[in-house]
Amino acid sequence: MKGFRIGLWLIVAVALGVLALFATQLSKPKDDLVRSQMIGKPVPQFKLDAIVPDRPGLSSADLADGKPKLLNIFASWCVPCAAEAPQLAALEAQGVNIVGVAIRDKPADASQFLQLYGNPYSRIGADNLSAVQLAIGSSGVPESFVVDGKGIIRYQHIGDIQDRDVPVLLQKLREAGQ
Amino acid sequence: MIAEFGLAALWLAAALAALQLLSGCLSLTEKGQNLALLVRPAAVIQAVLCAAAFGSLLLLFARTDLSVLLVAMNSHSAKPMIFKVAATWGNHEGSMLLWVTVMALAGGLIALIEKRLPERTMLATLGAQAFVGLGFYAFLLFSSNPFERLSPPAEQGMGLNPLLQDIGLAFHPPTLYLGYVGLSVAFSFAVGALLTRNVTPEFARVMRPWILGAWIFLTLGITAGSYWAYYELGWGGWWFWDPVENASLMPWLAATALLHSASVLASRDALRTWTIMLGVIAFSMSMMGTFLVRSGILTSVHAFAVDPERGSFILALLVLNIGAALVLFALRANTISEGQQFRAVSREGALVINNVALSAILGIVLLGTLYPLLTEAFGIRVSVGPPYFNPVSAIFAVPMLIVLAVGPMLRWRRDSLGRIEKPIIAVILAGLVGIIVAFSLGGIELLPFIGIVLSLMVAVGSVLPLKGRSLRRLPLAVWGMVIAHLGIAVALFGMSADSAFTQQTLVAASPGDVAKVGPWTITLESVDPVAGPNWTALEGRMAASYRDEPAQRIAPQSRTFWAPPQQTSESALLTRWNGQLYAVIGNEAEDGRWQLRLWWKPFVTFIWYGGIMIALGGLLALMGRVSVDLRRRHAQRRIEQRHEGYVQ
Repeated sequence: MKGFRIGLWLIVAVALGVLALFATQLSKPKDDLVRSQMIGKPVPQFKLDAIVPDRPGLSSADLADGKPKLLNIFASWCVPCAAEAPQLAALEAQGVNIVGVAIRDKPADASQFLQLYGNPYSRIGADNLSAVQLAIGSSGVPESFVVDGKGIIRYQHIGDIQDRDVPVLLQKLREAGQ
Repeated sequence: MIAEFGLAALWLAAALAALQLLSGCLSLTEKGQNLALLVRPAAVIQAVLCAAAFGSLLLLFARTDLSVLLVAMNSHSAKPMIFKVAATWGNHEGSMLLWVTVMALAGGLIALIEKRLPERTMLATLGAQAFVGLGFYAFLLFSSNPFERLSPPAEQGMGLNPLLQDIGLAFHPPTLYLGYVGLSVAFSFAVGALLTRNVTPEFARVMRPWILGAWIFLTLGITAGSYWAYYELGWGGWWFWDPVENASLMPWLAATALLHSASVLASRDALRTWTIMLGVIAFSMSMMGTFLVRSGILTSVHAFAVDPERGSFILALLVLNIGAALVLFALRANTISEGQQFRAVSREGALVINNVALSAILGIVLLGTLYPLLTEAFGIRVSVGPPYFNPVSAIFAVPMLIVLAVGPMLRWRRDSLGRIEKPIIAVILAGLVGIIVAFSLGGIELLPFIGIVLSLMVAVGSVLPLKGRSLRRLPLAVWGMVIAHLGIAVALFGMSADSAFTQQTLVAASPGDVAKVGPWTITLESVDPVAGPNWTALEGRMAASYRDEPAQRIAPQSRTFWAPPQQTSESALLTRWNGQLYAVIGNEAEDGRWQLRLWWKPFVTFIWYGGIMIALGGLLALMGRVSVDLRRRHAQRRIEQRHEGYVQ
């Protein structure tokens, strides 16, 4: 009979534990960002065709040419991508080499987008199936990755780049260059 | 005016629930016995008021009254009438109002007709019902008022999530809610019985129709939800172990166990404490499901309006109801004597195995659902899916199904396996046939293989209790059991066949191209634009022929809704007795070809036929039980009348 009573209170304890877990998780801000598991690892092998005539396509070999780069995932149909254009321009003005991956985009739309909002990219690859996007661990558009000279992913920025993010990214790029 | 009337009715109903709780509690004390007169009328009037409030909201949605915030947020004047009505409960506030309404109606019904239990137990039960109800009234009135006005009124409504603009939605959530709320009645009965220390077979008989009713609705709700996900989401899957699906499965598992243990209590006066505990747990699972779904604490394909404040409110209700009931249970459980004893090999013994296995599966599903939440507290993100749920629950499901095949043939109290030797051999033979057939087909994975074999064993085992009995005189309840158990076999066969034999093709086709999947040949004839009341779509017209049979037309659509803007895929299904062809049209590729996804799913429909059979079995059992009760009540009244005659 004693074991029975202990068992009963054990159920109460487990139930209270579960409720306490609910309470702590509920009070925390919900973190919906999906962080890449690829940070610290080399960029997977890929080769993407060009999407606009005046910029070459992008392959993983281009990312391992000894210089750190900012890899920006964007699309012409993405509104926050237009919002981050001035910040990308500012980074380019500071001498950052920016390469782009256009997600599920059409050449005509991409050209028009770049005309409207500026073209900070040295290379742009067309990722029509989001294959490269998924392989480097990005779950949305826009996202930006700092890749060092050896092609290793150093840092991930999720969402559009805002004014306050520019110095952070510059710092990360400097660290990646060392 | 309608909105104000509805709100006033809701406040009054809440006040009556408070009165019902207070008078219910006080009437249990010596001084307050006179208050007992108030309890039943309070419950009945509360039910009427609540129904009036829900009716008001229904009317507001039917008229698309855009001066009401909830209507403006969730409806649109261009929607077909059926979806305007369904929008009433297709949102948080409306669904909570539906919840309290059904709960109040159930409470009113008990107050009106239930006279079999000792009055003290009834008062405690109605008090408990009011306690649970009051929490939900507070929730509605303080944090989710469905009647809030919008000033100035909106020009046009925002619409309803297009995935939900489907006939399945009109019935899926209210069906599940009826199930959840039915379990709240069982919960109140359990609390009432605990409070007054009155756990008797009579108590189980009174509680049983409510459990059965709840269980039927849960079964139907889960079956319909699964079919809806299958044809609407366009993935070809029918169960995803999504947290929201699990939230409806867990109360079903608990209710299934409760149903069987209540039967033991009703017939044999055994398993008293266990029945009470399952009564508490079944409703706890319903409430926890509501919490998981509504708080947005877990990531799920069911994107409901997520609001941490509401989550906190439901959590508080959860703590109050479950916490109080479990503590009461822990304090009182050992004052309830265990009731009649029985041998391991007996009907009771088999039902205990069923109960333990169902509870274990419940624990497994609960752990898998909450595990991501637990690891997230330590900063680790995981998701738990079929590789965990399927094999781990099979560990308990397999022995349970074997017992299901032979258990119903055992006698109450004590029996020997030797007595039912022949039926056992028949079940084993069915299993052997299954093994041979499954082997000869070849290439079947372990779990579907076991599933096919077990489904044959359960199918044979479930009809054997009919042997040697007069089918005409067989009580409805026994028919119900046989059909429900057979339904389990049918559904299990469908699930196993679907995972063992499904064939899939993904092709890019231009009009005129031919694709093959399994025994089907499908020709894409054209892709044309079509328009509906609030959507436009691209429709792929195809001709599908099964082997050499004449071709049949199918037309899957890729729909674009404009209020709110969203794309959905409307799969096209072609049903034969032996399976379904499932076709989905995707996006246009650059070169004018279209993505087609085609599945041939042998016997997949058996899953839902089985579900319907299980619910039908429940319905027959319910009808059987209620008619027996009515007859008994009638007979008793006649005895009483005769008795009165003697006195005169």
